[in-house]
Amino acid sequence: MAKTSDKFLSFQGLILTLQNYWAEQGCVILQPFDTEVGAGTLHPATVLRSLGPKPWNVAYVQPSRRPADGRYGENPNRLQHYYQFQVIMKPNPPNYQELYLGSLEAIGIDMDLHDIRFVEDDWENPTVGAWGLGWEVWCDGMEVSQYTYFQQVGGLDLDLVSGELTYGLERLAMYVQNVDNVYDLVFTEANAANGTPEVLYGDVFHQNEVQQSSYNFEHADTDKILEKFKYAEAECNHLLGLETPLPLPAYEHALKASHLFNLLDARGVVSPTQRQEYIKRVRDLAKGCAEAHVASEKAVTNRAWQ
Amino acid sequence: MAELLFEIFCEEIPARMQQRAGQDLSKALVDGLKKAGLTVEGEHCYTGPRRLVFTADIPLRSPDISEERKGPRVSSPEQALAGFMRGAGLSDISEAEIRTDPKKGDFYVALIEKSGADSADIIAPLIPEIMNNFPWPKSMKSGTSNFRWVRPLTSMICVLDGKVISFEVGGVKTGNTTEGHRRHGKGPYTVKSFKDYRKQLEGPKKPHGHVMICTCERKDKILTDARAACKAKGLELVEDEGLLNEVAGLAEWPVVILGDMDKGFLELPDDVIRLTLKTHQKTFTVCDPKTGNLAPHYIIVANQIAPDGGEAIKKGNGKVISARLSDAQFFQSEDAKKKLEDYYDKLDTVVFHKKLGSIQEKADRVAALARTLADNIDADPDKAEQAAKLAKCDLVTQTVIEFTSLQGQIGAQMYRRENGDADIATAIEQHYKPQGPSDAVPTNPVAVAVALADKLDTLVGFWAIDEKPTGSKDPFALRRAALGVVRIILENSKRIPLDFFLRSHSNFIFSSMINKKSSEMNKKVSEGLKAMQHLGKNVDVTSFDDDFPAINEIEELAELTDSQMQNLLAFILDRLKVYLRDKGISHDIIDAALTEGQDDLLSIVNRVEALQTFLETSEGENLLAGYKRAANILKAEAKKGELPAGAPNKPSEKESVALYEALQSASPKIEFALNDENYTKAMSELATLRAPIDAFFTHVQVISDDTAVKENNLRLLAQIRDTARQIADFDRING
Repeated sequence: MAKTSDKFLSFQGLILTLQNYWAEQGCVILQPFDTEVGAGTLHPATVLRSLGPKPWNVAYVQPSRRPADGRYGENPNRLQHYYQFQVIMKPNPPNYQELYLGSLEAIGIDMDLHDIRFVEDDWENPTVGAWGLGWEVWCDGMEVSQYTYFQQVGGLDLDLVSGELTYGLERLAMYVQNVDNVYDLVFTEANAANGTPEVLYGDVFHQNEVQQSSYNFEHADTDKILEKFKYAEAECNHLLGLETPLPLPAYEHALKASHLFNLLDARGVVSPTQRQEYIKRVRDLAKGCAEAHVASEKAVTNRAWQ
Repeated sequence: MAELLFEIFCEEIPARMQQRAGQDLSKALVDGLKKAGLTVEGEHCYTGPRRLVFTADIPLRSPDISEERKGPRVSSPEQALAGFMRGAGLSDISEAEIRTDPKKGDFYVALIEKSGADSADIIAPLIPEIMNNFPWPKSMKSGTSNFRWVRPLTSMICVLDGKVISFEVGGVKTGNTTEGHRRHGKGPYTVKSFKDYRKQLEGPKKPHGHVMICTCERKDKILTDARAACKAKGLELVEDEGLLNEVAGLAEWPVVILGDMDKGFLELPDDVIRLTLKTHQKTFTVCDPKTGNLAPHYIIVANQIAPDGGEAIKKGNGKVISARLSDAQFFQSEDAKKKLEDYYDKLDTVVFHKKLGSIQEKADRVAALARTLADNIDADPDKAEQAAKLAKCDLVTQTVIEFTSLQGQIGAQMYRRENGDADIATAIEQHYKPQGPSDAVPTNPVAVAVALADKLDTLVGFWAIDEKPTGSKDPFALRRAALGVVRIILENSKRIPLDFFLRSHSNFIFSSMINKKSSEMNKKVSEGLKAMQHLGKNVDVTSFDDDFPAINEIEELAELTDSQMQNLLAFILDRLKVYLRDKGISHDIIDAALTEGQDDLLSIVNRVEALQTFLETSEGENLLAGYKRAANILKAEAKKGELPAGAPNKPSEKESVALYEALQSASPKIEFALNDENYTKAMSELATLRAPIDAFFTHVQVISDDTAVKENNLRLLAQIRDTARQIADFDRING
């Protein structure tokens, strides 16, 4: 197999390398958030922590779900469940671009042979009222990351600007391993000493794609999902309306509502007009959580447990 | 004179903003320096992906200024003296000189001496002021700073005559060092002058920073190298100025690479290939010079001199392009599984506007309107209706969802492949035209009917629901639609009684809205009943989110139709004025010819043009003068009392008789010519009045002492005025 880089990186090797690299830059290495989300940005470690005046540096992998993108495991590029690697540095350090380029080198992209560009692409996520300016980063014409300087989150101006990096791991791995079908990616290399076999991405996830697609498109009970959406929305509002609001659990319910909406959307039961309305409802939840979070952070003493 | 070199170095500036930023920076600096009294010579601004560079020659100091200011007499009151002192900046009157004038006596003179400032002291506060208020289309904060720039600011050089001018912007201090190309030009480079700066960044002596600082030179290099790379393989570059500007803004050291793709992709429509290559990959298309057809190649512009000659870059780009073109092929083959008309059903899933319903509803309205317009356009009404229903179908094809700008083209292509009617295909293709003032207007009658109906439906719809453009806000591009209406009608010389069509279409829209609403309500009621029968199941009759207006809201809107459509007609006539003004017809002539109740654009323009031609002749000019004189006398007399009513009697004086007879003869002829819409004839009939009017004013005392004569003269003047006004309101014409 012709490799793009000299050093072969398995899919998990790619994750471990990025984790180590960003750990060395002083980032907290977190684990995925345990609620379904559509993108790594939605992890509270990004959305909520980018608010307020406290510095925060973090990196984590986040499984992301986009029910409408499911293709029953038949499309070589599209998945309803995939991984994003997310880095936040708040405030963004002056050499952030250099650090980012260093991470590409770390995963074996030969910076002499490849053409890296920063192409204007301003990012916006209407469901969490967030936007920023930045680029999509191209490597030989392929988008390998989204690079954004956050300006607003939850509809609120930020005290400190966070620099957000999002790597689409499958796509990046396909590039690094020079593979055309995502299921052919080497997830884990064989270990001769122990006799453990090579594991491919498809070995891990193909069935999941088949079954989840079937659920998303055929079996998800839309009436029940709609009820769950309404429940999540109500619960979020309830938690925000408490005398002492609880923005952290409220935000989890906002995320649930967002995912449930995505499920409804995948089933094609949401008309285009309704779509805008749902997005607005989720945005209102996220905005409420952001505001409550900023307020509650002010009341919290630093290291209150000590 | 000394040389000023200023460089702003920052993270990648969007390509589309660079040129403008250079102009803005240069203008702000030159204006600021001049305002401070410095002369500026040889200013120049260079822009690139990561830097804005300004250089100019300026003096090291602004000149000393001495000025004398004359003051009041020595004996002036306290207040006048105080005012003088304040104005001249004196703290005591003794600081002023006393001069003696033989006429004025003794008076004060203040000598104001302003010494010049060091240019460095002028620049140090000037540049932060400019940068803090820089007009970027979008700007951002970075890190902990509140300073806004297009992307994070990295460093600045500010050197005057070899010496650094120190100041700080957004936490960044000026100095005399910069960085070169990210990969090939690791610095820092310490510079003394612009020449030195350029030499260190560009070479030719190596090592250098690998930064071509001038956009023009980067463009030249790209173009020259791209042409050569194509020529070497017997190919030809398809030049594209917009793309060239963009890629020149994406590379500091552009390197051209000829890439290739599978020949099979050439079966895709050229526009799909071109758009994929251009918008997604920013690569140039390449053609075969012998046939003019696209070749299976493209030009990549990289920012990297790769040791493998660019093989890896070529391969990487090739992979992305293949994947994108494969997607396009997949979309095309999926789309082709159904006929164009089969997509019509799906149009109800695309919202046109929440109050105006889906694209399908719009297509139906356009079809009905195109059918009724067909007569006025000499188009086949069946074809016009059919074309309008098909025109929007491609909006739900995967190809158009992916390549939005190909709307219309893809539909036409599919329809032609199905061996559909040629006129209908043309109408599908061209019904969005004209998309702007320089875009061509459709000429095929069926296409004209659909294009016009589409725009009129949009305009009438938005006026009906009271969503008119206000000020600079025009989110639905209604001005463009109205200008499109004007151009389609005029450039095809079609007679369209707009008032009738606007009103009848508005009524049509409201009745369809009401029908839709009541059938929806019926459906909900029957569902509700069903649910109650089955008990258990809870049906949400209030519905989740219904943006469609309620019946009483629709009725309220419908009541406003008259005034809304009047307003819309005025809006379209405003676009007509703009259109005619751009053709060099002055606004007073347009206003004069635009009398109330006119809605036939072609007739208005004929009238305007005839009037313009007429007024350029000496007859026209004199007649206008005569008209004005008559109108002025009438106005003056009207102030004194009521003007005599009725037609003039046959007068006795010779010149009055001549005028009377000329009027008697001209008036019906003008009316006849106007009914015939022969404006040139009407004008020439009006011109026959010139001599009698002139003679009348020369020889007749209008305001005669004899009341009967005076009244008859006034009646004659009124008839001049009214006769001329049959053609245009000459009062509105300047001159």
